[in-house]
Amino acid sequence: MTKTAQIAVTVNGEKYVEDVPVRMNLADFLRTKLGLTGTHVGCEHGVCGACTLFLDGVTARSCLILAVQADGAQVTTIEGYETDKNASDLIKNFHNRNALQCGYCTAGMLATSIEYIEQGNPADREKVKEHISGNYCRCTGYQAIVDAICTTIEERQG
Amino acid sequence: MKAPDFSYEKPTSISDVLALLANDELDSQLLAGGQSLMPMMNFRMANPGTLVDISGVSELAGITECTDTIEIGAMVRYCELEQSTIIKTHCPLITLVLPYVAHAAIRNRGTIGGSIGLSDPAAELPAVLLALDGSIEVTSRNGVRLEPASSFFKGVYETACEPDELITKIILPKAHLKQNFGFHEVARRHGDYAMAGVCIAQDSDLSIRVAFFGVADKAIRATNVERLLSGSASFSHDVIKDAQNATSEIEFEGDMNASPEAKQHIANVVLERALKGMK
Repeated sequence: MTKTAQIAVTVNGEKYVEDVPVRMNLADFLRTKLGLTGTHVGCEHGVCGACTLFLDGVTARSCLILAVQADGAQVTTIEGYETDKNASDLIKNFHNRNALQCGYCTAGMLATSIEYIEQGNPADREKVKEHISGNYCRCTGYQAIVDAICTTIEERQG
Repeated sequence: MKAPDFSYEKPTSISDVLALLANDELDSQLLAGGQSLMPMMNFRMANPGTLVDISGVSELAGITECTDTIEIGAMVRYCELEQSTIIKTHCPLITLVLPYVAHAAIRNRGTIGGSIGLSDPAAELPAVLLALDGSIEVTSRNGVRLEPASSFFKGVYETACEPDELITKIILPKAHLKQNFGFHEVARRHGDYAMAGVCIAQDSDLSIRVAFFGVADKAIRATNVERLLSGSASFSHDVIKDAQNATSEIEFEGDMNASPEAKQHIANVVLERALKGMK
């Protein structure tokens, strides 16, 4: 009967070994055990996208993953996007375009945007909208977020 | 909410998984990608005693090309299906459907075995299996058996898989050059569960399989619709109209999105759009 487990997980390049209750999800682990509160928890059933981060290089919903499932994994959170994901231009464009207001969705929105850009996708507003459709934003009306993503892609293409 | 209390096991072989499933005291539930199970646990709709995480079982991984079939390990994630050249070449209907299965972050975790084993009535993959006439390899301590997709899905979250059995493979026939496939779904937001959707596979002899999802208690073939469409090389306005009238054979079930009448209407819309997209 395993109710707690020791996990080793690398978060933003730093290795942590922690004991966790097996029912603790990855988002709560990051927030409460590691103090990385940039990852937000919204709906806790995988619909709102606020908790999206990178798990072993691809986006995942950290509310739908147990911390124990991340044993041995590499996690990148918003605290690491500027350095580990070279996303400072995207973050700057989120600022410039007012692509956030309250900021609750921003960590997840950035993760989803970074993945879209990393995959070499075009600055096509319809495609961007489709890709970020799994992330709710209740402030911006999305247009500014689409602007920021498309601008970043265009700037990178020179 | 948070998931209720449970124990956690992570076996590394099929035989270890089966031993855990056979132990009634554990009240085990398989955990594959967890993209449906974790929400159900957070909603307290599911309350298993022990989660058996099968992501470490290497025998459940991988996509294999055989002579006439493609074998997909139960733990293969949607994102692997999206990237697989074997799937692109031999299972074009899957490639057509995948962009509509939830969102990228969910597809990075969710598995084919999980979707088939859950039998969510609004999920795409059970209907894909019905349209392709695939089968499901199920393993227990008594041995291995093949269950055709046509008899696998029994109802909401109900399948022919017994509590002590594990889905080990999904087996699909390779597509032929002269086969033709259709798909369409309507959802409130791209990537959400469909209000209604349809998967269609037409063989070279013009026989056809039509499988709806999101309309009843499970993914279902519409046999009267199939009879009316079989033999048609192209789908005229009249042929489509007749087929739409035949969807009344389905026992439409409403949900929080739509009444049974609205479901039937949307089913007819997706049927028409899927057929028109085929040729």
